[in-house]
Amino acid sequence: MPGALDRDVQREVVRLHLNGDDVETLVPVHKTLLEVLREDLGLTGTKHGCELGECGTCTVLVDGRPMLSCLLLPLQVEGRAVTTIEGLAEGPVDHPLQAAFTELAAAQCGYCTPGMLLAAKSLLDDNPKPSRVEIQEALAGNLCRCTGYLKIVEAVELAAGRMA
Amino acid sequence: MSRELGSVGKSLPKVDAAAKVRGQAVYADDINLPRMLHCKILRAQAPHARILSIDTSAARRLPGVVAILTGADLPIRFGILPVSQDEAALEGDKVRYVGDPVAAVAAQDEETAAAACEAIKVEYEELKPVMTIAEALREAADEPIQEVLSKRRDNLHRLVSYEFGDLEGGFARAHLVREDVFFYQGNTHLPMEQHSAVATYVEGRVTLWSSTQVVHYVHRALSRVLELPMNRIRVVGAAHGGGFGGKTDPFAHELVVAKLAMVTGRPVKCTLTREEVFYAHRGRHPTLMWYRTGVDREGRITAMHVKTALDGGAYGSYGAASVFYTGTLQTVTYDVPAYKFEGARVYTNKAPCGPKRGHGTPQGRFGVELHLEKIAHDLGMDPIELKRRNFVKPFSRAVNWLRITSCGLEECTEKVLSASGYTSRERRPGRGLGFAISAYMSGAGTAIYWNDMPHSEVQLKVDRTGATVYCGAMDIGQGSDSVLAQIAAEELGLQPGDLRLVTADTDTTPVDLGSYSSRVTFMAGNACLEAARKMRNLLVEAVAERMGVADLEEIEVGEGRVGEFSFEEACVIASTRFGALSTTGSYKPPRIGGPFKGSGVGPSPAYSYSAAVVEVEADGRTGIVEVKRVWIAHDIGRAINPLLVIGQVEGSVYMGLGEALMEEQEYRKGLHKWPSMLEYKSPTFLETPPIETFLVETVDPEGPYGAKEAGQGPLLPVIPALNAAVFDALGVWIDEIPVTPEKVLRALESKAKGAEPRYGPKVFPEVPYPEPIKVEPPAPDDLRVGAELETAFPEGPRVR
Repeated sequence: MPGALDRDVQREVVRLHLNGDDVETLVPVHKTLLEVLREDLGLTGTKHGCELGECGTCTVLVDGRPMLSCLLLPLQVEGRAVTTIEGLAEGPVDHPLQAAFTELAAAQCGYCTPGMLLAAKSLLDDNPKPSRVEIQEALAGNLCRCTGYLKIVEAVELAAGRMA
Repeated sequence: MSRELGSVGKSLPKVDAAAKVRGQAVYADDINLPRMLHCKILRAQAPHARILSIDTSAARRLPGVVAILTGADLPIRFGILPVSQDEAALEGDKVRYVGDPVAAVAAQDEETAAAACEAIKVEYEELKPVMTIAEALREAADEPIQEVLSKRRDNLHRLVSYEFGDLEGGFARAHLVREDVFFYQGNTHLPMEQHSAVATYVEGRVTLWSSTQVVHYVHRALSRVLELPMNRIRVVGAAHGGGFGGKTDPFAHELVVAKLAMVTGRPVKCTLTREEVFYAHRGRHPTLMWYRTGVDREGRITAMHVKTALDGGAYGSYGAASVFYTGTLQTVTYDVPAYKFEGARVYTNKAPCGPKRGHGTPQGRFGVELHLEKIAHDLGMDPIELKRRNFVKPFSRAVNWLRITSCGLEECTEKVLSASGYTSRERRPGRGLGFAISAYMSGAGTAIYWNDMPHSEVQLKVDRTGATVYCGAMDIGQGSDSVLAQIAAEELGLQPGDLRLVTADTDTTPVDLGSYSSRVTFMAGNACLEAARKMRNLLVEAVAERMGVADLEEIEVGEGRVGEFSFEEACVIASTRFGALSTTGSYKPPRIGGPFKGSGVGPSPAYSYSAAVVEVEADGRTGIVEVKRVWIAHDIGRAINPLLVIGQVEGSVYMGLGEALMEEQEYRKGLHKWPSMLEYKSPTFLETPPIETFLVETVDPEGPYGAKEAGQGPLLPVIPALNAAVFDALGVWIDEIPVTPEKVLRALESKAKGAEPRYGPKVFPEVPYPEPIKVEPPAPDDLRVGAELETAFPEGPRVR
C-alpha cells in the first residue's frame, strides 16, 4: 500500500462550489471527500464515525442531496455544490433547524449533529411538511447514541412548522 | 427553599449548543497542529499468545516513518483501579485478546503509519484461548491469561462473598422458595465519536487533548507510565463525542501519543478506527446469574441469595468494582431482610469489559426483576403488587448497610401504571405490557483510589469583567457544563449564558473525578453551589455596606442585580472592598458504607429511582418483538434542567432497548464477530418507539437543590420490563438478552412440547466462592453516616 508521501501517488486539482465559495485544491485522487474537507480544507465540522458508510455522521449535501462524504472521492463531485455544516447558517443567523436543535437539546454530545442537520435540511427542502414517519425514514441512516432520537424528530418538526 | 428559584428548574438550552449545531465544537480529532505526526497502533491478531520477537527494522526504513515504539519503551503497567495495574500501553511479552496493542508508529501521515504497522514483524507462540466463563473456571491449558498477577491456575480474577442477616432462618420461614438462572449478554457503548488523542511536548511538558470522561485519571496514568511529575503534564478534555462509560479508563493510545510526542518533539495524534473502538471496549460484562429467594404467603421477601459470574475479558479495568455492582443495589429497591451475595469475575481472551451505563447493575436488575415476576406468578399474585409490597421505605437502611434517603419508587410506579393503563389493559395474544423498577447511585461514595480529599472542587472567579466557573468535570454531552452554569447563575442572579466556564483542564481547573458513576450534578453541583453561595455573600456584603443597609437579608439578588446595583456594578463594588474575588467549593460524600471490609462499593449519598412500562407486539410466527411504546418515570430529586433530564431519560431508554433486543458483543474462534457499526446492530430512528417521560421530584436533602442523577438509572428497568412484556404477550420467558427472534421461537417450541416455556441458561456453574463475610445488618432506621457511624463501631469490622 503506497503512503500518501509516495511520489507516484496521482494528484488532481479538484474544483468545488463549497458552501457558496469556489474552491480549488490539489489532492491525491484516492483521498475521500471527508478527508479532503477535514484535512485539506480545514472544515472539521464534518465528523466521522466509521469511515465505511455505516453511521451517517459524515453526511454532507451534494447539490442539495445528502451523501456520505466518507464514500465519495472529490473527483466524483467535481464542480458541484457541496454544503457542509459550516455552510448551513446564513452568516450569524442560525438555520431554523439549528435553532430548533438548540432549543430542544437535540444535540447532546453533538457529534452526529452536523450530519443529522444536513440530512434534515435536505428532507425539508424536498418536503416542507413531513410526517413523523417521513422524518424517521429520512434520517434512519444517521445514528445517534445520546438522544434516543426523539428530541431530534421533535426539533425537525419544530423547524418545519416555523419554516412553513 | 424559601426563595423562588430563578435559573434552576428551567428547561434552558445547553450552554454549548450553539457551537455544536454549527460544527464549531472542537473534538480531539479536529485538532490539527503544525508538524503534527499521525500515529497508528499495531494490534494483536491472536487472542492469546506469547510474543517471541518483534522486528521493526523494515517499518523504520519506510519514508515518512519518524518513530516506532514497542513494549520495551513503555514498560510500566497501569490500570484504572489500584488493585488492577495489569495493562501496558504496548504489550511486550504476551497478548491477551485480538486488538491488544503491541507497537505504535508515528509517521508524517496516517497511511504511512498504517503501512509501517503492516511492515512490523511479530513472531508469536500461540496459547489456547479462553473464550467462556466455563472455560475460565477450569485450570488453564497453557497458562492463565494474567499469569503474572495471579497465583491461581485457573482464570478467576475476583471472588467476593457476603452474608447479611439470618439467611437460613429467612429461607426456613418462607412459604415459597424459587431458584432461577439468567444470562445477560455483553454489549458495547458504541459512541459516535471514535476515541482520539493529540499530544505535544513543549518546554519539557506534555499536553494531551483527549476524548476522555475523566481528565484526572488520564493525568494520573500518564504520570505513572511516562514517569513524569503531574505538574509536567496537562490533560485537556476536548469536546466529547459520547462516552457512556467507554472513555473512563486511561487508554493505550493516550499514553502512546504522549510518549511519541516526547520522543519526536512533534505533536502526535492518534484516532482509533471504528474497529479499534470495539477492541478498546470496556463495555457491559456478559454475566451469568443465579437467584434464590424465599417469600411468605403475602409475597414478602424473607431471604435472597444471589450468585453472579462475570466474563471480564483480558484485563481488570473497573472489574473489581463491577463484580460488586451486580449484587449490591438489589437491596435499595426491595426490602430484603436477609441477603447473601457471591460474585466472581473471570479473565477471558476478549476485549476488556468495564463500566457501561449502569455499570454492573443492569445485570443484577434484570435478574431480580424477572425473578420476582416469576415468584409472583407462582403465588398467583400480580407481579406489581408483589414488588410494591417489598419496596423499600424512604429514609431507611438496607440490610447491606446502604443508606436510602429520598425515594420516589411509589410515585414513579403510580405514574407509569396510570399513564400506560397497565391494570386495565386489553389482553390479547401477541401484545404485552411489562413493568420493572430500578435504582442507581448519584455518584459513588468512595473514590477509585483511596484518599480523603474532596471528590469535586470548584473555583469561582469574579472581577470587573464578569464571573467564571472553574471545575475539572468533563461535559460528555449530558450537559454537566450547563448544570454548573445554571447553579452558579441561580446563586448570582444571572442567566447561565452570563457565566464563563472553564472545565476539564488539569492545568487550570481544580480536580473533579469526572463523568462516570452519575456523579457530576450531585458532586460538582454541590461544590459549585458552595462556591457560588460564598461569592454571593461577598457581593451582598459589599453592596449592603455601600447602600448603608445593615441587614444582609434585605439585599436581593436576581435578574442581573444585587440590591440596587447591576451585577457588573456589584462586582466593581466588591472588588474595591475586598480585592481579588475568588471563592471555592468542594464536595466529599459522607462515609456511608457499613462497618465491614468491602463496604465501599454501592454506597452513594443518594439513589435515583425509576419505574417503566414497556409495550410490545410479539409475533409468535416470526419471533420478532417490536416495542410500541415506553412509559418511564424517574425520581430525579429535583430537575435542575428538566429538558436535559428528559434527554438523559430518553437516551437511557433507547440504549436499554438496544441491549434488550439486538446489541451483543459476540465472539467466534477468538475473534470479535462484528466489530463494525453495520453488523453490530443498534436501534435507528425506525426501531426507537415513542417514549413518555415523567419526572418525579422528591427533593433529596443532600443533592444540590435536591437533585439526584439521571444519566444511568433510567436504562435499568427498560430491559426486564421488555422481557416481562414478551411473557405477557406470548407466555414465554426469555431469560437472557438480547431477546432475538430465534430465542423467542425456541422458547415457543419448548412451550409447545410441554417443556418449560422459556429460553435461557439452565445451570449456574460451580464457582469456588470463599466463605462469606458475615455481617450483622443495621437497624432499618439507622441513618448514621460519617464520623457518627465510625465512632459507633470503634472496634472495626462488625462481623458475626
